[in-house]
Amino acid sequence: MRTIYFILRKEFTQLKRNRTMLPIIFIVPLVQLLVLVNAATLELKNISLTVCDYDLSPASRRLTSVFDASPFFNVHKYSFSTDEAISHIENSSSDMVLVIPRGFETKMVRENKAEVQMLFNAINGTVAGIGNAYANQIFIQTSKAYFMEFAGLTSGQLNTLNINAIPAFWYNPDMNYKVFMVPAILVILVTIIGMMLAAMNIVREKEMGTIEQINVTPIKKIHFIIGKLLPFWIVALVMLAFGLFVGKIVFDIPLQGSLVLLFANAAVYLLVMQGFGLLLSDTADTQQQAMFIAFFFLIIFILMGGIFTPIESMPLWAQWLNKLNPIAYFMKIIRMILLKGSTFTDIRTLFLSLSAYAAIVLTIAITKYRKVN
Amino acid sequence: MSNPVIKGTHLCKNYGSVQAVRDVSFNVNEGEIFGFIGPDGAGKTSLFRMAATLLLPDSGNLEVCGLNVENDYKKIRRLLGYMPGKFSLYQDLTVEENLRFFASVFRTTVSQNYNLIRDIYEHIEPFKNRRAGKLSGGMKQKLALSCALIHRPRLLLLDEPTTGIDAVSRKEFWSLLRRLRDEGITVLVSTPYMDEASLCDRIALIQNGQILSTDTPDVVASAFEHQLFAVKARDMYLLINILETCPFVRSAFIFGQEVHVTINDYRNADEDKLVNYLSDKLADVVVYQTKPNIEDCFMELMSNKTKKG
Repeated sequence: MRTIYFILRKEFTQLKRNRTMLPIIFIVPLVQLLVLVNAATLELKNISLTVCDYDLSPASRRLTSVFDASPFFNVHKYSFSTDEAISHIENSSSDMVLVIPRGFETKMVRENKAEVQMLFNAINGTVAGIGNAYANQIFIQTSKAYFMEFAGLTSGQLNTLNINAIPAFWYNPDMNYKVFMVPAILVILVTIIGMMLAAMNIVREKEMGTIEQINVTPIKKIHFIIGKLLPFWIVALVMLAFGLFVGKIVFDIPLQGSLVLLFANAAVYLLVMQGFGLLLSDTADTQQQAMFIAFFFLIIFILMGGIFTPIESMPLWAQWLNKLNPIAYFMKIIRMILLKGSTFTDIRTLFLSLSAYAAIVLTIAITKYRKVN
Repeated sequence: MSNPVIKGTHLCKNYGSVQAVRDVSFNVNEGEIFGFIGPDGAGKTSLFRMAATLLLPDSGNLEVCGLNVENDYKKIRRLLGYMPGKFSLYQDLTVEENLRFFASVFRTTVSQNYNLIRDIYEHIEPFKNRRAGKLSGGMKQKLALSCALIHRPRLLLLDEPTTGIDAVSRKEFWSLLRRLRDEGITVLVSTPYMDEASLCDRIALIQNGQILSTDTPDVVASAFEHQLFAVKARDMYLLINILETCPFVRSAFIFGQEVHVTINDYRNADEDKLVNYLSDKLADVVVYQTKPNIEDCFMELMSNKTKKG
């Protein structure tokens, strides 16, 4: 036990001395939260629109002005040729073209229905998909208002005519994507500190040759490993607390569930990642190699882990692959606890899987680690 | 006589297809300074790492302090102090922190063994709050030696401790080693410098992973069976060219300011023959008989090896 204390004291002294790393450990969470959460937005604003109005009627103009007034769309050009409008999509100056055919108003009045055409630049799938959804909302609302004014129908009559779905967004009533993103950023943060920094710290001892000197001392393998991993385990948990604090103050993210439960999960999750870090440090001889291998795995783990795209909508093989992805487990757990207020019963399976994972990875990593070669 | 502190028999170690250590056997006795002398890449470091329990031999048997390196490495590690060739203390910790850390992991304190390291540590104590990475080469070496000694080991392993150190520091270092030996600590040291060989109690000349010869420096040197001549001339370049083409010269190596020469028929080695031969071709030739040293032996053994191989 005393040996672990001596190693820890040395590690923290070195960490304190490290003039490049220490500030970064505290600045990174702030920058990541403040910049990424605000910049990596999934809300679309200012979709650039080209309008081809062949009808030039009050009804068509009204529709166009609603689009222009919406914060989501920006009428970029008016055109009288569909081909010319499409050329705007081709040269990327427009994301979307709205074609209102001749006789639009007449059809509205006579047949109570009319058609318009929407063309999207689907190079960015999100713009096309979400733009389509926003545009449909506008059509429904505009046509409703139109019928109420011109056909003299009351909103009661209209509601019986149409099915009117009113969405309710549970656990995130305002559809505030920041609430969704902050926990994800925190996951990435603790992952990098727990796995990458710990691995690089061990590899640094190899690179500097200090590991030779350590290896000839009576320090036991397990003491050395604990002494190396524990500091970053502690730092990562402190960072998580710091990140939650910033998230609460700046973005007012909900803290529905128990923080104790969250930290218990984070603690176990970190053990999994540190196990990976230890395996990595066993393989790599230089910090450069360690960094490269860590990046390779982290990018796959992070993007597969459901940070932007829900795992449920991934292909089946990807969902199976995610059973091996520790980030996917923790990403789900942290969102469930913070946003939904899930209790231990709700996340028991996830927690137990993560614990088993930690036990397996750490056992393999510790057995593989050798002081002699 | 007591059992040897290190007893290696038929040690072999290969790295892929490279044979770093080939069937090496040697003994290091209690309380002596034993030197591995040989050029870079001879296999010295591999032997050191084996003795330090960091590298397992592919075959052969190695016992340190009567314990097998494979089975009892944990016990051995408490008994030895190892100083690798490359400075491997924590550069971002201060002198004092390094020393205290290594004392603590050996479950001892600096004050407990201070009298053993006093002579060494006194030199660096004024800089005890300086980071180890900011020390000069000689001071780093002294700190590393202090750290290796802090738990009063029975055996001290020093892998090229004087490489890259200035001449004054080297001299100082060797007098420290002799004092440690007098304290009863066995020292195994390696060096590429031949002049340091004579400072050891016994030496082993190593080349290409094999031991060429093991004995006291005097005996190793006296095994040199040829009459050795030192030759000087004003034009050294021309001299060595002439010597190399001379029919009766057996070997000629530049040795400082002079050339050391042996003659084929050494029983009738005659200084006059050489003088006559050279005087015809060169001005100011000086030839005199000289005593062979370790370097001459080493060159001799090496050239024998290449001739045979």
